[in-house]
Parts: sequence; C-alpha cells; structure tokens
Amino acid sequence: MDAFLSGLQLVFTPEVAIALLIGSIGGVIIGAIPGVGAAVAIAILLPATFAFEPIIGLTMLLGIYGSSMYGGSLPAILINTPGTAVNALTTYDGHPMTKRGEALKALGLAYGASFFGGIASIIALIALSPVLAKIAPMFGSREIFLAALLGIVLVIVAHRGQTFAAGSLAAFGIFLGTVGLEPVKFTQRFTYGFEFLSSGVNLIVVVLGLFALSQAFVLLSEPDHAPGDQRVEGNMFKAMAGVFRHKRVASASSGFGVLMGMIPGVGEFTAQFLSYTYAQRTSKTPDQFGKGSEEGLIASEASNNAVPAAAMIPLLALGIPGEALTAMMLSVFYVHNVVPGPALFQNNMDFIYALFIAMILLNVIVVVFVGLSSNLIMKIIQIPTRFLGMAILTLSFVGVYSLRNSLTDCMLAAVFGILGLVLKRQNLPIVPVILGMVLGGIMEVKLRSAMARVKTPLDFVDRPISAILAAAILFLIVLHFWGVLRERKLTEPESAHDHDMHDSQQG
Amino acid sequence: MARIKTLQDLFRRYRRPGDFAIAVLSLAFALFLAVSLPFQTTWVERTALFAQPSFWPTVAVGFMVLFSGLHVIGALVSERLPGRMEEVLHWVKSIEYAIWFLVYALLVPRLGYLPCTLLFCIALTLRLGYRGPRPILASAVFAVAVVALFKGFLQVKIPAGAIYDLLPAGSLRTFFILYL
Repeated sequence: MDAFLSGLQLVFTPEVAIALLIGSIGGVIIGAIPGVGAAVAIAILLPATFAFEPIIGLTMLLGIYGSSMYGGSLPAILINTPGTAVNALTTYDGHPMTKRGEALKALGLAYGASFFGGIASIIALIALSPVLAKIAPMFGSREIFLAALLGIVLVIVAHRGQTFAAGSLAAFGIFLGTVGLEPVKFTQRFTYGFEFLSSGVNLIVVVLGLFALSQAFVLLSEPDHAPGDQRVEGNMFKAMAGVFRHKRVASASSGFGVLMGMIPGVGEFTAQFLSYTYAQRTSKTPDQFGKGSEEGLIASEASNNAVPAAAMIPLLALGIPGEALTAMMLSVFYVHNVVPGPALFQNNMDFIYALFIAMILLNVIVVVFVGLSSNLIMKIIQIPTRFLGMAILTLSFVGVYSLRNSLTDCMLAAVFGILGLVLKRQNLPIVPVILGMVLGGIMEVKLRSAMARVKTPLDFVDRPISAILAAAILFLIVLHFWGVLRERKLTEPESAHDHDMHDSQQG
Repeated sequence: MARIKTLQDLFRRYRRPGDFAIAVLSLAFALFLAVSLPFQTTWVERTALFAQPSFWPTVAVGFMVLFSGLHVIGALVSERLPGRMEEVLHWVKSIEYAIWFLVYALLVPRLGYLPCTLLFCIALTLRLGYRGPRPILASAVFAVAVVALFKGFLQVKIPAGAIYDLLPAGSLRTFFILYL
C-alpha cells in the first residue's frame, strides 16, 4: 500500500502530470496524422527526454505510444487512410461503415474498443505484478538468454511470408550490435580502422534513421497529397458505449492483445490477426468482415490497444523489450542507470505503480479528448504530405544531432534512413533490425555468463523456466513450418496479390 | 462461408518490384562481411568458444548469409514483377533528401540553429514545389517554433553558431548563444 501511495505521489507531481497530458493529447494528434505514427514521434523525442527524470520521460513516451492508436483510427474510419500502421486493419470495416452513413457509430466503437483493450491490458498488468515480482528473480542468465532468443525467433516467424527477409534483417540487427570495441577482451570488431565505429553503432541513431528519416524520405520523394476532411455529428460518448454490445469479441481481442504484447517479438499485428480471425470464425455474419462489420472493427482496435501496457511486462520484469517502441524506451532506463529487470520489481515498486497509474490516466484523458474533439483533430491533420516530410526531416535533425553533436551520427542516420525507405517501399519490416540490435546485445552478455556454469548442453535447460522457454522455441519453429505448409492451400494466387506499397508493419 | 485470410493476405505484405535487387544487395553485403570476419574480429587464445569476441559476429553474419541466400532463391523462383529499374531509381533519387539533411547538419554549427533552420525549411519548401506566401510563411513559422521549443525551452544540446560571434558582445549575443 505504501508503494502504491508513493507511486500516486510520483504521478501527481506537476512535471509528470504535464508530461502525461502532453504525451496523451500529442499522441492522439500525432497518431491521427497519416505518415507520422508513434514510432517516428518517439524516435524524435527520445534524446530530448534524456534530460528529464525517467518517470517524466517514460510517461510522455508511454502517453504517445498508448494514445497514437486512438488517433490513428480517426482518419482510418473517416477517410480510409490509417493514421498509424496498426490502424490499417481498422479501415477494412471502419470506412465501409462511414460510407453507409455510420461514421459516428464506427468511431464510437473504435474508441470504445480501444479504451476497453487499454484498460483490460493495464488490469492484466496490475494483476500479474505480484506474480511477476515472484517469477522475475527466477530468471537467471540462461533464462534471459532464452527469452531474448524466443523474441528473435518470434519476430522472424511472425512475418509469415517474409521470414527470409525478416531473418536476414534480425541477423543484421544482431551484427550491428556487435560493431565496435567489445567490452570483455577489448578487441575491435568490424571497425575497418574507422575511429567513429569503435564506440559502436548507436541504437538511437539507427532508430531515428530507420523510423523518422526514412519516413521523411518516403513522404518527400512521393507525389504530394493532403488528407481529405470529413465531419462527424452526434454524441460520441454514447456511441462509445456501443462496444458493450460486443463484450465477447472485445474481451477476446483484448486477451489476444495482452498475450501477444507480453510475448517478446510479436506485437500488434499478430494480435490483430488472431483477434480478427477469431471474430470472423465465431461471427454470425462472417461475410460482413471487410465490408463494415462492427465485430471486425472492435477486434482490430481492442487488440492493438491492449498491446502497449502488456509490452511493458517483459521490459519492466526482465529488461527485454518485445518490440521497437519498448526497445526505444529501454534506452531511457539505460541513460539514467536504471536497469529494468527483477530488481526493479523488488526495489522500485512505487515507480512501477506510478507507470500503471499513468497508463490508466492516459486512457481516460485520451477517451475524453477524442470524444470531444474528433472534428477539430480532422482539421489539424490537414497537412500536405511533402510539407510533413520537410517537418519530419527538420525534427529528425534535433533528435540525431542533440545526442552528441556529431556529423558522423547524422551521416549514419541518413544511411539508415535510405535503408528504411527501401524496406518501407518493399513492404518489409524494420522492427527485426531494432530487436536484433537490442536483444542480440542481451543474448551475447547472458550467454557468456550462463556458459560459465554449463558443462553439458542439457545443463542449459535443467531449470524449469529455461526448459519451458527452450521447449517453446522448438515448438514455435515446428509450428511455423507446419503453418507454412498448411497456409499454402489458403494463400491467394500470385496474380491476386496486391503488389502496391502498404505501410502496414512499421508501427 | 467467408474466406479466412492469412496474416500476409490480411496486411497485404507482398513482394514488390525490386525484391530481387534488395535480396541480391543483402546477400552481397552479407558475403562481404563474411569475407571480412577473419580480419575484423579477433580469436583470443585460452578463451572458451562462447566467450570469443568473434563468436557472436560469426553467428550474426552466418545467419545473414543463410537468410539472404534463401531470400535470393525465393526471389529467383518467384514470378518477375515489372518495374524493378524504376523502383531502384526511386531509391537512388531519394538520396537527394539525405544530402539536404547532411548539408543542414553541416551548416548548423556555422550559421546557427535558428538562421539555418529558417533557411533549410524555406528552401526545402520551395524545392518541394510549394509556391506563394502561405507555404513559405508556414515553413518559417514551423522553423521558429522548432527552435523555440527544442533549443529555447527544452534546452537540447545544439551548439551556438559560429556566426553569433560576430554579434556585439553583451546580452543579445548571450541570448542568441543560449536560446537560438
């Protein structure tokens, strides 16, 4: 109880409250602007937050992360343009409802489902905290190594149909993490005699290049267009309550979101896929999916919004980020010498509670904000795309250059920006590079310390958690091959594929 | 009964023209790293395999070669999509904006953050084809807002421009150095 009250005190300091307000409202607007998204905003703001206390910086970033998907559903439903990548699925059922004259109903259901998913996820996090506090200390080096390996395996197999590219990108990320002076034997790795590579490739430079600069380059190099305007009339809060007509789908989708958020390497898209498939399989009107199904819309929005809070579980409890945005947040911890992991739950429970309270508050602030100002947000987001590209490029400079005033960092970021543009234009994922870089570093350190006590390969899995994790990895690989064979029958023929560019995985 | 889509179908993550080019480039880069491995990493005597400095880069590069190789094979056996050259040219053309970014980064410590950002935003706006006072004004207001927020308010670390030294000594110069 003391820890809870102390956490409450932390959140209600003016600095944290302001960070929460800016993060939540700013996140909705950023999410609603097609072509920006939480990843771009967090990447740009990350270095600026290093000057703040961890709780302030994290609250602001969490605010953006948790609220961007609310904002992203607005243009997805009204003008068929997803604000963020994870709202792409929302367009399938949301926009047809708008065309039928049910824009208010669709938006209300999307916001209601997002709120449902967000709160369900935080409740799961709070309920799991005591369990996590007990289990987390049981994770030694080999368990953390296996959990990180599980994350790498999952981020590859989760890109079904693109596993070769995802695998190659994850391995590239692991490779990037090894560049520079290694800290044990003090030997140089892949520096090619360049002094600037001795300190390694900075994660934030890579993140800014791959997410922010690449998005600027994409917008700048394509023809200009501006999102159209569309008004919505009526009582939004009443429309939001419509989600309770679909409690089963909302609950199941939130459950998928929580589960997929907790497992490193999976994230929103797999959660949405499972929820949408479940909702369609169990629906009385499966033919309506993709044509304006309320259940489809709820499945998409409840599951994606349940992920952010759940994604904090492996980050806080084990220090393992499950996707790109929590990987960015990990750097906030590192900058302040706060090491997330088992000790955090034992020694800084007030900090953990403060984050939980902040997440609940952000959902409440956002739902009130979107309920009152959807039309205003639609007006704000009328920015032509090439102008937006110029704005992102200008803001990216602050992010990269303020790190250590290095022109070399800017050059590296520009190179990663071009790589990001190529990946985005190829419909290929960026997340495996980031996860490979972060998890690869964790794996190297943990494997080295774990192997000191391992005599035979079986010793590695002689503890219950390590055995479960190793079995899960093997099971997933087998399941993947089985799934690939099974899906060969389901996949559409090549001629039916849409080979256009779809920014549907850069969330 | 409605057809249940696969994850790839649902999110439309299909190959695009240029897939073969990216696969080949990826494999070439992986092979280059593999060839560099013995020269760019060190094998330390009397050290276990898993603690070798070269162990983890070898694992990473090994998987890069494996997956990139499979990607190339996959691209080779797949139906060719027209438009590869246009796509590659698009990648090359986008380098122009990387150069804009680097010139901006190069000029900030010389001209100062505010003047350089103003110049950059207005010039890029014109380059993008926007004409007339409204977009120019919008880009100028945006530039000033960015500088005021990040340098003035959040005090992010961006060095003062060398040009500020030309200002007369006193409070104005200090203000420029600290906030603009």
